Order: sequence, then structure tokens, then C-alpha cells
Amino acid sequence: MWQRIHALTIKEFLALLKDKRSRMVVFIPPIIQLLVFGYAATFDLNRIPFAVYDEDRSLTSRDLIARFAGSPNFHRVASISNDSEVNPLIDSKRALMVLHIGRRFSRQLLEAGAGPVQIIVDGRNSNTAAILLGYANTIFAAFNTDWQRQAGEATPSVRLETRAWFNPNLVSRWFIVPGIVGLLTLVVTTLVTALSVAREREQGTFDQLLVTPLRPVELLIGKALPGFIIGFAEATVIILIATLWFGVPLRGGLLTLYVGLFCFLLSTVGMGLMISSLSVTQQQGLLGAFLFLVPSIILSGFATPIANMPYWVQKLTLLNPMSYFLVILRGVFLQGTPFHLLINQFWPMAVIGVVNLTLASLLFRHRLY
Amino acid sequence: MPPEESTNVSSAPSAAHARRRRLSGLIRKEFIQILRDPSSIAIAFLLPVVLLLIFGYGVSLDAEHVPVAVVVEEPSADTASLVSGFQGSRYFEPMMLRDVESAEKALMSRQVLAIIHLRANFSRQFRQPNGAPVQVIVNGTDSNTGRLVLGYVQGVWRNWLERQAIARGQALVMPLEVQQRVWFNSRLSSRDFLVPGLIAIIMTLIGALLTALVMAREWERGTMEALMVTPVTMSEVLVGKLVPYFILGLGGMALSVVMGIWLFGVPLRGSVWLLLIGASLFLLAALGMGLLISTITKNQFVAGQVAIITTFLPAFILSGFIFDIASMPPIVQGITHLLPARYFVALLQTLFLAGNVWSVILPNALALAAFAAFFLGASRRKLRKRLE
Amino acid sequence: MVPPGNLDPSVSEAEAVLEFRAVSRRFIAGGRTVQALDNVSLLVRRGRVTGLIGPDGAGKTTLMRLAVGLLLPDQGRVTTLGFDTVRDSLAVQATVGYMPQRFGLYEDLSVQENLDLYADLQGVPPEARAGRYAELMRMTGLARFTGRLAGRLSGGMKQKLGLACTLVRPPRLLLLDEPTVGVDPVSRRELWQIVYRLVQQEGMTVLLSTAYLDEAERCDEVILMHEGEVLGHGPPQIFREPLRGRTYMVNAPGTSKRAMQARLAAASFVIDALIQGDRVRLVVEAEAPPEPARWFPEIEGLEVQPVPPRLEDGFVAALREKRPQGGARSGTSPTSAIMRTGRGTAEFVIEVKGVKRRFGNFFAVKGVTFQVARGEVFGLLGANGAGKSTTFRMLCGLLPASEGNLRVAGIDLRHAASAARRRIGYMSQRFSLYGHLSVRENLHFFSRAYGLSGKQQRERLDWALGQFELDQMADAPSMDLPLGHKQRLAMACALMHEPEILFLDEPTSGVDPLARREFWRRINSLAEQGVTIMVTTHFMEEAEYCDRLAIMADGEILAIGSPEEIKRLQRTTQCPDPTMEDAFIALIEGKGQPPN
Repeated sequence: MWQRIHALTIKEFLALLKDKRSRMVVFIPPIIQLLVFGYAATFDLNRIPFAVYDEDRSLTSRDLIARFAGSPNFHRVASISNDSEVNPLIDSKRALMVLHIGRRFSRQLLEAGAGPVQIIVDGRNSNTAAILLGYANTIFAAFNTDWQRQAGEATPSVRLETRAWFNPNLVSRWFIVPGIVGLLTLVVTTLVTALSVAREREQGTFDQLLVTPLRPVELLIGKALPGFIIGFAEATVIILIATLWFGVPLRGGLLTLYVGLFCFLLSTVGMGLMISSLSVTQQQGLLGAFLFLVPSIILSGFATPIANMPYWVQKLTLLNPMSYFLVILRGVFLQGTPFHLLINQFWPMAVIGVVNLTLASLLFRHRLY
Repeated sequence: MPPEESTNVSSAPSAAHARRRRLSGLIRKEFIQILRDPSSIAIAFLLPVVLLLIFGYGVSLDAEHVPVAVVVEEPSADTASLVSGFQGSRYFEPMMLRDVESAEKALMSRQVLAIIHLRANFSRQFRQPNGAPVQVIVNGTDSNTGRLVLGYVQGVWRNWLERQAIARGQALVMPLEVQQRVWFNSRLSSRDFLVPGLIAIIMTLIGALLTALVMAREWERGTMEALMVTPVTMSEVLVGKLVPYFILGLGGMALSVVMGIWLFGVPLRGSVWLLLIGASLFLLAALGMGLLISTITKNQFVAGQVAIITTFLPAFILSGFIFDIASMPPIVQGITHLLPARYFVALLQTLFLAGNVWSVILPNALALAAFAAFFLGASRRKLRKRLE
Repeated sequence: MVPPGNLDPSVSEAEAVLEFRAVSRRFIAGGRTVQALDNVSLLVRRGRVTGLIGPDGAGKTTLMRLAVGLLLPDQGRVTTLGFDTVRDSLAVQATVGYMPQRFGLYEDLSVQENLDLYADLQGVPPEARAGRYAELMRMTGLARFTGRLAGRLSGGMKQKLGLACTLVRPPRLLLLDEPTVGVDPVSRRELWQIVYRLVQQEGMTVLLSTAYLDEAERCDEVILMHEGEVLGHGPPQIFREPLRGRTYMVNAPGTSKRAMQARLAAASFVIDALIQGDRVRLVVEAEAPPEPARWFPEIEGLEVQPVPPRLEDGFVAALREKRPQGGARSGTSPTSAIMRTGRGTAEFVIEVKGVKRRFGNFFAVKGVTFQVARGEVFGLLGANGAGKSTTFRMLCGLLPASEGNLRVAGIDLRHAASAARRRIGYMSQRFSLYGHLSVRENLHFFSRAYGLSGKQQRERLDWALGQFELDQMADAPSMDLPLGHKQRLAMACALMHEPEILFLDEPTSGVDPLARREFWRRINSLAEQGVTIMVTTHFMEEAEYCDRLAIMADGEILAIGSPEEIKRLQRTTQCPDPTMEDAFIALIEGKGQPPN
């Protein structure tokens, strides 16, 4: 039995790796995508272009402006002196924010203890706008505290001491890069397996396999192993790049991570083989893989949290192996989550995988012609 | 010495007529094939609906009802009033705990995303000049959500201070009276900004998928060889492929726009005609890209793989749809310029939320036109009437 | 009436419809350069039917594509209808009619829509269409099917529709690339009637390539190609004449035809020995010893009768000169190794009783019953869509039967344990191989899949590489092999585990006559060793090799018996000595008529 599986696995590898084009698909895009996406996928803003509209031109207003200009998050691109200049700057996206300090700012601040300041923000990208407002409010708050201290005014009765665990500087790369490990592993294993049976069906070699003494379970293992091996290899390379190149901390146990990876591969390989044995042509296989991949990625919590989704969509994500694996990846990488806390992530993937593999092997032979 | 019969085939007056007839024949053929093969229709009309629903509901950056642990070590009237601020906020779903250990465990297993910790000496320090510290710990794993949660906590805190001040009969005066004005999307609803981007992503996928396979199919089924040995020119073959899928693509686009406006309530502030022009330019670029892939690979399988790899993930991550292009490193920003989707995302976000802003629309539309010209021109060059 | 061959180079310009002058064309495939055409010069003349024959890889398709300007020559000049194909390829393509190998039909368009498309592309004015369509439909007999999707037509109907599409604007030169591959004899005969009518009534010139030499016999002129060179060009008789007096029909009652053929083929002066029913057709060298009766004294009661030569004899003789190794002369039994013979189990190793197979509402097989005895070569013949392949797939366990009983070696393979599948070998229609794997890797994989290992596996691997003459190409990817080699490799893969029963689904389609002979030589020797062989084929001459055969139409068996019995059934006064093809056509056509 193992001898036949071995032969089948070797054959699958040869068929995959001897084809220049499929070799390219398996190895080149993931590495490029990891590097590009690792840098591209970030929610952090730096050097936000902003314009200054200072009608006050006092020492105080200049102090406030200097706090913005000195922050690494902001970058002053223009100074304007007229109301009519605001619109074009924002509309054309040259500036995301205009800091407007009114003519009576410093006088009111000194006289009444409160000076009006206006910020105008481009809300087209609501997320950017929200983050930008957060940065601006931090600067305003610091200004307030300093001013109150100088003026000897009372400080609030309660003050916040904030800390972020696991990611003290809230770097979004630490959040995204572990997710890319899952993302690329998913894409590659699905593409490798989703076409393996369909291609053989189309070329007629699958019939040839069915008349050999290979048993369905042997066929299944032989078809699944290459996906596993490639998935393991690729995930390992990406994990290495994530830690060594992108400097993402790996705080948890490798064993936990690899048990998670195993369960994840079980489910994706199962899904891929299932798609593959359902389809008669490679085109159907490809379309099937695509229809599986897109929702899996969108509804996984890779870029946007599952908690923000409507209730029924959250229920749907329970069927998505990727959503479990992302919890494991981020838990092990950043939180150092121990094994026992992740058991509820392991078993659903294993169940999804076993169910799909079983269905796939049944479909090998009993597919309707 | 060409034989005389051939002259009446290509004689000048009827040449234009014959070309029109060939083109209409090719276009009609393609339409019949589309109608017979439900998968094209599914890609053009079903896929946008499904994707828009999944994306529209699935992709949201607005965190509400964030589970937080509120640890009050020694409850008192003061703590109760602060805690009620969290209980009353729509952003939070507080979970009351007495000790910080169980809160930390909950944070670790992601049952809560933040801990608000009021120590035993809170009430005592509250009366002192320095004020009482409230410790806030967020789970920074999801940095974006973490940052949002911190912002929400500050909001609750400020509201509470104000209420306290009013209760004491004095106004809370802050040195800076900040007035925030968010243009175009004052609710800061992420859906308003995501849906126009989504339409761009979906059209990228559909455009490339629709055409990636059609040229390769002609090669694989051997019909290209038969087509070539007719008076048809390769430009006619290209146009014959482009027109039907262009119409199909515009249909899908219209469907997406209608869904965006009616289902997701996104405002359309710009002109419908500009939207149509922008969408047409983009579709030409996307279809052209699909045709080029298809022409080069001559193989449906490879064409499909290349189309998926080069469209979906890059458009998702690099187009500025979710992740702001301005925050990317310069090299990556350079790479984003190679994606037609990037320009279309900018164009759609502006047209939907801001209106007819020519300074945004013109350069992006020009870029799309350049892409369309490039892809179609390259396909034409690659598509030779030879079997090599 | 065949016009006299004229190879005089001073043919007038107007006579020459297609001219190749010293044309060479190379391809680069898998790092190797293949000389597809080497300094070819030829002339195709107006109003003739010219046949292009030659083994696989001879350059027939390349020549066709060069003629219509789909390929450009590396050297030399191609002039088609007076146009240079390099400078005026569009003009060439606007005037010729060309049907590529797979007919160039849009399968998801109906018959009428295909015609409309090609009429639009060819610039046929709308007012001229109705008349032309009616004429084409009458000619091809497709009038009843205009609304049907092309993909739903049978192979023969597709071929006629493809032809109609190329004829929608009458071309002056018609090029057909292997128009009859995979098409049954009835459809082939109809195609030929159309071709003759075009030439006679419309004055068309036709150039067609074919693997069927009996078809080439009907051409006015024949061009014989081999490895990119033209070996001969002229009317069929110039290929036949040199063999006059060297062809015989040999009969020896009481001797097995296979043993006799093997014995005859082993003689040094024999060029070709071919089983024809109970007899063997013999082609000998010019220097063969006199007195045929004394050639084989050891065979008892040998009768040798001289018969007139055929084009195929000329073809084989010409190619033997080019490829002297292998072929009929290698007398050694190819599988002399370790074939187990019958274990004294059931007499019938394949039993089929009342088997039906339904797809939706359509019965592909409607109640088929037959048995195959151990060591028999059993043929399954039939027109396209007759239900052969479905029957075949059910036998191999690839498809469940809707009704009825199927037993192979006493078991139903559909539910068989994997051990039972070890006893059969299967070679599918398309020589299903892993294209990116090398020859050796394919053999290695299949032998492993059948459970061979260690020394036994190494021995079988060496045996396969040696016996099937694959050693030279052992490390080449199998997709780069010529078709004949692919076929040999596919057969080797199916034989690695020495099966008792061998299933061959159209094992020789598209393969040239020499490779077919070689293939059947191996099959014969397997049968001699007790292997049961079940085969489907479109080649009627191959039916002659079978011990027994069944002819199927519309999912039913029309006739079953030995080739002689089946031919005898169709013996009439007009046709006292019918060929297998005559018998086949008579049976199929007889079925179309209402019974008495």
C-alpha cells in the first residue's frame, strides 16, 4: 500500500514540478506577494499630507502647528491664507487634512481659556480619516495638558493610562504579516490540489488510474500528500521571512503553530480535492477554486475583523478554515497563546478537512458522467 | 498573376461592407456562445451580486459592541458612574470582573479586546489633586481595531468628565475647542468608502476572467485555425471578442452600481455620465488585459491561473481599496501604478463620495485610457495570423 | 477514370494551383530542432484530387498550413492560386477553403449558426445564401439537423458540417487535413462522394491528407511523404506497379493464422505479411526466390495465389526501405517473457448479459450480450456513437451499467477489490500518459501502481524499453514523443504487470500503417500466449485480425462472429467477395431500412 502511495506521490510531484508553468505558479508569486503585501498592507499612516490655514499667526498658533509638523505622522504640504483654497486642496487629494486656526484663537484662549480650532478632513477613505482624527486628537490632548499645566489649572479627576499588549506600538505589519502566512498557504495549496484530479480527468489519465489496483484511499493520500508537503514547505519559508525579515515576534510554541498548520492544510487540501473531483474540466476546477478562495479570504478576518460583520455573516465564517487559522497564527505569533487555548480552533478545521477528503474520495469513482 | 475571381471578393466599394458583415458575424457568434454557456452570464451577473453581498457585508472596519473587560476591584459610587459610561456606549459591551487575572485570561483568548482596570484605591485617589489613574490595556494583535478601541475609550472618558463637570455646576473648559469636519463621509461609515472600491475590485476580476478564457478557448478547440483561413483580419477578431464582453461587463457594472446605491445606500454625488465613461475606459483596460493573457498563453488553464494571480490579490491589497497607498513604501507605491484597478478605485471613490472633481478624474481617466490602449495594442501585436 | 500522371516540370502556370519550390521549415520542440519539411518541391494541378500520405511526423500538416499561409517557409517559396503566401497571405486565405484537423466548428453553435458565421466571414452576399445553403445541406444530408448544436452531432456529421462551412463560398482550392480521422466507414464513404462531386461539377481542386491508404487509392494523384521529404508523387499506380507480381494471398487450412503470419513475416525476403480474415496477404522483395509454392515447405497445405498489388503495398515497401529496422522482420516474439496462460478457470473470461446504459433519457447501450473466450482477440466495431466506448468503459469498471450483468474474469470490476484489477490492462483512446513525465518515469509509475518493485520492476522496465524500442527516448518527456511512440509507450504501460486481459480503446487511431502493423504484431503474439484481448477500432482492415467481432449500431449489436462469417453474411450477387468495409456498410445501412 505505502509503496503505491509513494509512487503516486512521486508522480504528482514530477507532474507538478516538471511543468515550467505550474512551477512558476507554485513558487514565484507567493514570495513576491509576501514581500510586496508585507510592505503594502498597512493601516498605519505616516507623513499624512496636511495644509495649514493660520489666520492667527501668534506664538500659540505656531506652537500648535509645530506639534503637527514635528510629528512623524504628519507632513505639511501647503500653507494657505484664503477660504477658497481649502476646497481644491481636499478635492484633489493633495492634502488629507486642513488645520484651520481662526483669527481670534490666541486672544480667546488667553481671555476665555478656550480657543477655537477647526480641522477639515477628507472622509473618502473613512478608515484613514478615523485614524487621522485619532492622531490629531492625541496632539490636541497633549497641547491641552501642557497648556493647563502652564496655566496652573486643575487636571481632570481621572486620567487614562493606556497600554497595548502584544503589539505595544500598534504596528499593523505585525497584524498583517502573520495573516499573509495563512493567505498564501491557502492560495497555493488550493491551486495545487483543485486542479490535480480535474487535469487528469481531462487528459484521460484518471481513467487509467482507476483501472489500476490503487484503492480510493491510496489515491486520496497520493493526491493529498503533495499539497501537504508544498503547503508545509511554503508556510515554513514564509514564517522564516516574517520573523527574520519583517521582524514579527514569534512568541508561542512552534509545535502549536505546526499543529495548526497541519489542521489547516487538512482542510484546504480536502477542499481543493473536493472541488477537483467535482469538476470535469480544469476550467471548472479553476472557477471552483476561485469561488472558494475569494469568500475565504474576505470572510477570514485577514484585513477586517470578523466581529464587525453582521451576525449571519459571522455564522458563515464558522465554515471557513482560514478564519480559524488566522486566530492561531496571530495568537502564536504575537500573543504566545498556549496550545490548550487553541483547541477550539484546531478541531473545526480537522472536521472540515476529514469531511471534505471523505467526500472527495467517494466522488473519485462515483462521480456522474 | 492573381486569378480574376479573387478581385470581386476584395474590390474597393464592397470592402467596407464585407468588413461590417464579418464583424457582425463574429459579434453575433460570440453573443450566441455567451448565451449558450451559462458560465459567462454567471461571471458577468451572478458573480458581482454574490461578491458585492459578501464584500459589502463582510468587509467593515467599523467596530461596534467591542467586548471589554471592566475590572473594578472595589466598587463605589465613583466607579459606578464611570462604568455606566461604558455600559451606555454603543461601542462597548462591557464584561464586569473583580480580578485582573481572569481579565487577562479573557484578553489572551480574545474574549475581550481591552481591559479597563480600576484599582482598589481608585475612590481615594479620585479626590486627590493628581486624579485617579485608570489603566487601559488593549489587545494590540489587531492593531487597527486596537487603535479604534483606544479612541473609543478616550471618548467615553471625555464624556464622563464633562458630565462630572456639569454635575458640579461648572463647564468643562478645554484650552483647544476643536471642531472636526469630515467631508464627503461625515458619518465616517466605512461602507460608503468600501463599496465604490469593491465595485472596482469586482470589475477587475470579472473583466479579466471573462476574456482570459475566450481567446485561449479558440486556440484549444482548433477554431482559431479555421477562422484564420478566412478573409477575416486579426483586428476584426479582436473587436469581435471585445464588443460582446464589453457590453456584458457594462451590464455587470450597472448592476453593481445599482446595488451599491439601493442596497448599501452609498451616495452617488458625481455625474452618471462620467461614471459611464470611467467604467468604459476601465473595462477596456481589464478586458484588454484578459485578452492579452489569453492570447499569449493560448491555454485556458494557464490563462485562468494567470488571471487569478494577477488580478484578485493585487487589486485587493494594492489598489488603495482598503490599505492607503500613501502609507506604503515608495517602491510599493511605484508598483501600485502598474495596476489599472488603482486608478479606477480613486475614480470611483471620488465620483461616488466627492462628486465631479476634475483634478482627480482627469489624470485617473487618462491613466485608464493609456492602459486600455496598451493592453489592446499589445494583444493586437501578439495576435498574428500565423501558427507558430 | 484516372488521368495519366504528369510529373513534367513544365506544367503551365494556369495548371498549377499550388506550388512549393524548395521549401524548408523547421520547428524547435523541447530543445530539439525538428526538420518538418526539407527542401520540398511539388505541384498540385487544377481539377485533381491529390492525396497526401505518409507516416506520423512526415510533415503533412505542416505542408497544409504552409499552403494556406498559416506558417511561413524558412526557405523557398509557396505559391497558392497565384499568390505568394508570404506577401499575400490574406489574399490566399480569402480564396482557399481549408478544414483543419478538428473541423474548426463551434460546438456550442447550431448547424445553421455555424454556416451563417462562415458565410459572414467569407463574405457571401445574403441573397446568394439560401441557394447555397440548400445545396450544401442536400450534399451533406444535414438538412434535418440545421437546428442541432454542432457539439451534439456525431463525428461523421461534424466532419460533413466542417466541410460545408469551408464550402459556403465555393473555393477553387480545397485543403482537408485528415478529414476522416475518427470517422466511421459509412461517413467516410459519403465524404468521398461529396469530394468527387465537387471536383466534377464545380471544377474544384482538392488536396487532402489521410492515414487511410484505401482512400488515397481513390485520389488522382498521391504524394508520399516521409520525415519532411517527398518520396514519390504521381497517380496511385506508380506506387503499385513496381510491386506487380510480388503480392500474394496465402492460405493454409489447419494452421493458425497468427502462427502462419509470424512465420511468414520472419522470412528474409518478405516485406509485409498481413492477416486478412483466414488468409495472409504477402508482399515479397523483387529478389525473392522463384516458385512461391516452395517458400515455406514446413507449413502444410500452403496455398499461394498471386493477387494484384495495392497502394498500401507500395507505401509499406517504400517506407521499409527508409526504415529497414523493426517491422515485420523482427521475428522474435515481443512478449516472449513470462506470460502466464490460462489457469483453467472459466472458459469465458468476459461475459456480458443484457447490459444497458442510460444517460438521462437516452440509452447509449440498449441490451448487449456477448462472451469472449480466453486467448481470443475480440473486436468491437461500430459507427460513431454506436455505444462501443460506453460498453468498453462499463467492462473496465469505469462506468456502472444501468441494467444487466457484466463479468470480467469472473468478477464485476466496478466493485472489484484492487487485486482483481491487477489482472486487466487498459489502454485508452488518447494514449493517456503523463505528458511532463519522461518515458521512464511513466513506466516506473505505472509498474509501481500495479505493485511491481525491486528486481521484478527493473526487469519489466528493461523489457518495456527494449521491446517497444523506447530506449533512445527513455528520458524525453512523453508529450514530446511522436504519436507512434506515444502509442507504444501507452501499450507498454498497460502491459507492465503482465495482465491476463487487455482492453484497447481505438488503440491505433491517427497512427500510420507501419506503426499499426507493428502494434498488431505485438497483439498477435500476446494472443498466442493466451492473453485475452478486447479492442475497438475504426479501421476495417484491423477487424480482420480479430478472432471474433461484434458490430454495433445505436447501442445494439447487429452482428457477431468471425470476420469470415460476417463477410459471408453480406455476400450478394453484385458483391461476391465483400471486404470488411463493404460488409460493415451493408450492415449499418440495412439497419436503417425498416425490416421487411
